[in-house]
Amino acid sequence: MKRPQHLLSISDLGTDGIAEVLRVAEAFAEVERRSVRKVPTLRGKAVATLFFEESTRTRLSFETAAKRLSADVLSLAVAGSSVKKGESLRDTVETVEAMGIDAIIIRHGSSGAPHRVAQWATRARVINAGDGWHEHPTQALLDCFTVRQVLAERKGAVPEELGIDCFAGLRVLIVGDIRHSRVARSEVLAYSALGAKVTLVAPGSLLPPSLEGWPVTVAPDFDAALGDADVVSLLRLQAERGSGSYVPSLREYTAGWGLTARRVELLGEDAIVTHPGPMVRGVEIASDVADLPRTVATQQVTNGVAVRMAILFLLLGGEWPGADRHD
Amino acid sequence: MTEVTLVLRGGSVVSPEGVRRVDLAVGGGTVVALAASIDPPRGATVLDARGCLIGPGLVDLHTHLRQPGREEAETVETGARAAALGGYTAVLAMPNTEPAIDCAATAQEVLALGRSAPAEVAVAGAITVGRAGKALAPMGELAGLGVHIFTDDGSGVQDGGLMRRALDYAKGLGVTLAQHCEDESLAGSGAMHEGSWSSRLGLPGIPAVAEEAMVARDIGLVRLTGAPVHFLHLSTAGSVDLVRSAKAEGLPVTAEAAPHHMVLTHAEVAGYDPVFKVNPPLRTDDDVAAVVAGLCDGTIDAVATDHAPHAPESKDVPFDQAPPGMLGLQTSLPIAWQVLSARLGPERLFALMSAQPAAIARLTATDARPAGHSAQGGPIEVGAAANLCVFDPTASTVVDPRRLASRSRNTPYAGRAFVGAVRHTVLRGEPVVVDAVAQR
Repeated sequence: MKRPQHLLSISDLGTDGIAEVLRVAEAFAEVERRSVRKVPTLRGKAVATLFFEESTRTRLSFETAAKRLSADVLSLAVAGSSVKKGESLRDTVETVEAMGIDAIIIRHGSSGAPHRVAQWATRARVINAGDGWHEHPTQALLDCFTVRQVLAERKGAVPEELGIDCFAGLRVLIVGDIRHSRVARSEVLAYSALGAKVTLVAPGSLLPPSLEGWPVTVAPDFDAALGDADVVSLLRLQAERGSGSYVPSLREYTAGWGLTARRVELLGEDAIVTHPGPMVRGVEIASDVADLPRTVATQQVTNGVAVRMAILFLLLGGEWPGADRHD
Repeated sequence: MTEVTLVLRGGSVVSPEGVRRVDLAVGGGTVVALAASIDPPRGATVLDARGCLIGPGLVDLHTHLRQPGREEAETVETGARAAALGGYTAVLAMPNTEPAIDCAATAQEVLALGRSAPAEVAVAGAITVGRAGKALAPMGELAGLGVHIFTDDGSGVQDGGLMRRALDYAKGLGVTLAQHCEDESLAGSGAMHEGSWSSRLGLPGIPAVAEEAMVARDIGLVRLTGAPVHFLHLSTAGSVDLVRSAKAEGLPVTAEAAPHHMVLTHAEVAGYDPVFKVNPPLRTDDDVAAVVAGLCDGTIDAVATDHAPHAPESKDVPFDQAPPGMLGLQTSLPIAWQVLSARLGPERLFALMSAQPAAIARLTATDARPAGHSAQGGPIEVGAAANLCVFDPTASTVVDPRRLASRSRNTPYAGRAFVGAVRHTVLRGEPVVVDAVAQR
């Protein structure tokens, strides 16, 4: 597998790349279970997080991952930076790069902002930590990672033994505000690259205007689709982006597309429920459902660190004892 | 007899009747002789036109010169120089300046700046005060200065009742309203064409119907009022169909299309480079084919550049934050040649880029033109104003944004090669471009 220069989209990785990320992340997850949870892999490297949008888990997760790899971490808090004085994204990036940064981890409200940064950066690797409605690749990777972990656990196997074969034919149902969801776009690409069968279910107004070229089917009815799902991926209604006006009311949204206690009964016994967080209990997921063992949101957060360690490792080319060098 | 100051030798003159190999002599700003061979008198400038087509100077119905207000992006002078290099001898300056051209003072300022420019500069006036879509601008006062086209371009007049009133008023004045067709309630915050690419890229889209709804509304208003409407930059197959049937019905409508809508599609946005952001947006292959078909069958009357300079820093941002618009004056003829010449031949191609736009803007020999303006749009005959575009259909050029005359660099064609290049441009008998170099 060829190491991508940047991680802007899941499509930068391809099936082999995703498999490699999952494999490397598994090894880092093992590091997470040690008493000294730190490796010298990226010692002397510096990464910067540039978050132009609010975030709790993604930013903490990336910064934790970088620190576990012994990288230096610079964190640009936009609120206290020159961005507020009118500095452009380009100048901000050039300034950060001038400080010898090896990787820029960016979250931005504009779709494609990481692509622009990658065009401007001269040597830093760029990692997309969520851009507008476009993609959130590391979220999709950690979702796949978590699903494989659960499947392995049930079989009493180590996840790595499952490879990516466990995704072949896996029925993934993505529910909710697909139109405005960067998680959905990355999940569609990642799950389908791994061989899963992806189905979308959403209010008509929250589906993308065109699904031409998407390897998905659209289910007309949430209730009917539940029985056929091995994985249900719930998405948050992006109310802060005005998605509220795409449905008559939150009440009607929950009635039609919320994972309520009644709907959970329609799920197969082994079905897994994922949620990228932050959850809005009572809207897309009932509070009781959020706390069920099949809902793996907390496990997803835990796995986020190992997956992001793997991404940093693969992009920054750190030494990996025992790993095959493919490039 | 007028003294001959300029002779073009070895070229072929394009006129509505066809293309014929003749030398051309100019004196006193007009064409004084067309003959198989002309011996230049002493002191006359001689331009080599061997292998070139000599057409009437091009006329652009849709140029954003940005002055006043955005001089960091373009000025009347730099825009006119880009026009001359593109083979244009006249441009119609759009009124979405800051302040807008919605009164005599601003119109006079731009007209005055244009007097020393290397292409003639006519101005379009705004339909509404400040292009705000609320109250009618003083169209009569502007018409008195020779302004014939009125538009709120940059946006369309959203209020149908106000547009109707503007048409009634314009009809009385004998002027033409030009519409940027975009229903803002349908376009929303769209940054590109709504379709497969916008869905994949996670960018808000502008559906084709945002344009078509206003084209349809305005055709209805033309039918109601009898006032003419010129449709700016048609970009969708549906719009072309609507205009085609309006013309079949005999309604007084005209239309233009931009070169980028003849060659580029929404797939260009894949890399999120705002140089491909334009309004109306780049659309689908089917739309491109429909626009070209409309140009070929007479539905669309003119190729118009929608030359829209933006300073580099304003395009050096994420896609959704960039202003829409692309440079066009220096690339339009090679693109039109590439797309249309095989189907239309040089006569009809020059008609789309010179005679027909000149007629729409009332800049021809038989029109009451703005003070100081020569007759545009040809035909090239003895006694006609010597506004000429000398085009070498075999020369090839590679577009280098830094070498364009515009103050801005937002061409979507950086690095692309085109066959065909403007070699000389003659304005009122003066060679303002010689061998692709601006003379002033």
